[in-house]
Amino acid sequence: MTDAATTERLPAQLAEIVDDFLALSEPERLQLLLEFSRELPDLPARYEAAPGLLERVEECQSPVRAFAEVDDGVVHFYATAPQEAPTTRGFASILAQGLSGLTAQQVLDVPEEFPLMLGLTRAVSALRLNGMAGMLTRAKRQVREQLAA
Amino acid sequence: MPAPLDPNPRLAEYAHPERLVTTAWLAEHLDDPGLVVVESDEDVLLYETGHIPGAVKIDWHTDLLLPVERDYLDGPGFAELLGSKGIGRDTTIVLYGDKNNWWAAYTAWVFTLFGHEDVRLLDGGRNLWVAEGRELVTDVPTPTPVEYPAVDRDDTTFRAFKEDVLAHLGRGPLVDIRSPQEYTGERLHIPDYPEEGVLRGGHIPTARNVPWATAVSEDGTYKPRAELEAIYCSDPSAGGLGITADDSVITYCRIGERSSHTWFALRFLLGIPDVRNYDGSWTEWGNAVRVPIAAGDEPGEVPASVAARAAAA
Repeated sequence: MTDAATTERLPAQLAEIVDDFLALSEPERLQLLLEFSRELPDLPARYEAAPGLLERVEECQSPVRAFAEVDDGVVHFYATAPQEAPTTRGFASILAQGLSGLTAQQVLDVPEEFPLMLGLTRAVSALRLNGMAGMLTRAKRQVREQLAA
Repeated sequence: MPAPLDPNPRLAEYAHPERLVTTAWLAEHLDDPGLVVVESDEDVLLYETGHIPGAVKIDWHTDLLLPVERDYLDGPGFAELLGSKGIGRDTTIVLYGDKNNWWAAYTAWVFTLFGHEDVRLLDGGRNLWVAEGRELVTDVPTPTPVEYPAVDRDDTTFRAFKEDVLAHLGRGPLVDIRSPQEYTGERLHIPDYPEEGVLRGGHIPTARNVPWATAVSEDGTYKPRAELEAIYCSDPSAGGLGITADDSVITYCRIGERSSHTWFALRFLLGIPDVRNYDGSWTEWGNAVRVPIAAGDEPGEVPASVAARAAAA
C-alpha cells in the first residue's frame, strides 16, 4: 500500500499520475490506463528509422521496445508496443509521461515499487505489473550507462 | 436451449464439431437467444479497445484465479461470475481471445472443470475476426444477471496436479507445449515473456515437445483433423507422438494456458477421452523439490527412484 511518505519521494509529475489513479475506483483506473495507452507518443524519426537502438523489454508480455535517453542531463523515455497490447502501451505511456523531463538523478531515484503505487494490482494483477517494473529497471540502467559513458 | 451448431464441413470432420464455430457463423448468430460470446485475453485492456458486438469479458487473472491462493474460484464464485455475465447453466458460450486463443482455451478448460456443457471456441480467435475486418464495438453490454447453480469443480477428470503427474510417469504420454528452448532447459521462460522465477530448466521426464503452434494453420485456426492426427497420433517412427484413444494423456506448459489450447485439440478435435491439463506446469515443476527433470532434446527416462516410490504408493 502507498503511504504518503513514499509518494512524497516522487517527482511531481510521477506523484500526479499516482494521485490521478488513486482518486479513481478500480474499474475506472483501467479506463485511465487505456487513456494512457492511447497517448503513447510516436517514436522520434531517428528511432523509427533504427528500431535496433531501442531495447527489448523481456519482462513484458508483449513485444515492447524502449529506451531512456539522457540529453544534457535530462531524460527522455521512448517506447513502442503493438496496438493489440494496450496494457503494455499504457505502462510505457505512464513512464514516457512520468520520466521524460526529469534529471538523470531523479530517474535513478524513482522507487522500484513505483508500478505498485498506482493501485492497479487487483485490476491488472501483480504479474502484469512486472512488465512496467521491467521497463523502469531497464530505463534506470540505460541512464546509468549513459552517465558512465 | 443451446444455439444451433455451425454446419461448416471443415468442422464436421472433428470428433466434436459442436465445440468450434467459424467467424462467419458467429457473425450470423450474435443475436441468437441463449448464446453469450465471451472474450478472454492475455491483455487485460484489449477488450476495452473493441470487442465482438455483445461480447462480455472474463479475465483469467482477475476473474478465474483467486487473488491469494494459486487456484481457481470455487463453485459459488463461479456461479456468481457466470450469472453476472448473463450466462445460465444451459447457455451456449462462444469463447475467443488474443494470442491465438490461448486464454480463450484456458477459460474453456476452466469452464469445463465446472461441467458447463456447451462451451465452444471461435476458431482462429480474435486475430482472425480482426483480420477479416469484422465488426468490433466498444459498448460494454450490461447483461441482466441470471441464476447460475453452484456446481463443485471437478479437479480429477480434466485437471492434473503435481502428484498426479508423478504417478503418471511411465504410464502414459506427456505433452510439453512450450518452446523447444524451454523444453531443453536452455531458457526458463517463454521467449519475450515475463520471467516468472523458475529455478530449474528442462522438462518432465518422458514428455514429448510439441509447441502449441504446431496445432494451428497460418490463420490461427486449428489444422484439419488428418494433420492433427499425424502430429499427435501417428507412430513415432512417422514423427508422431503415437497417442491412442486408450491412452491417458497429460498436457502442460508454463502456467497451463498454452497447454489448454492443445488439451482442447486432443480432447475435442481428436476425441481422446482421457486428457488432463497440468495447470501447475513448469512454474510449479521447475521450482519443486525432489521431482525428476530431464534436460536436453531427449524425452528422458523415468528415474528408478520415482518408479519405486510410485510402485510403493
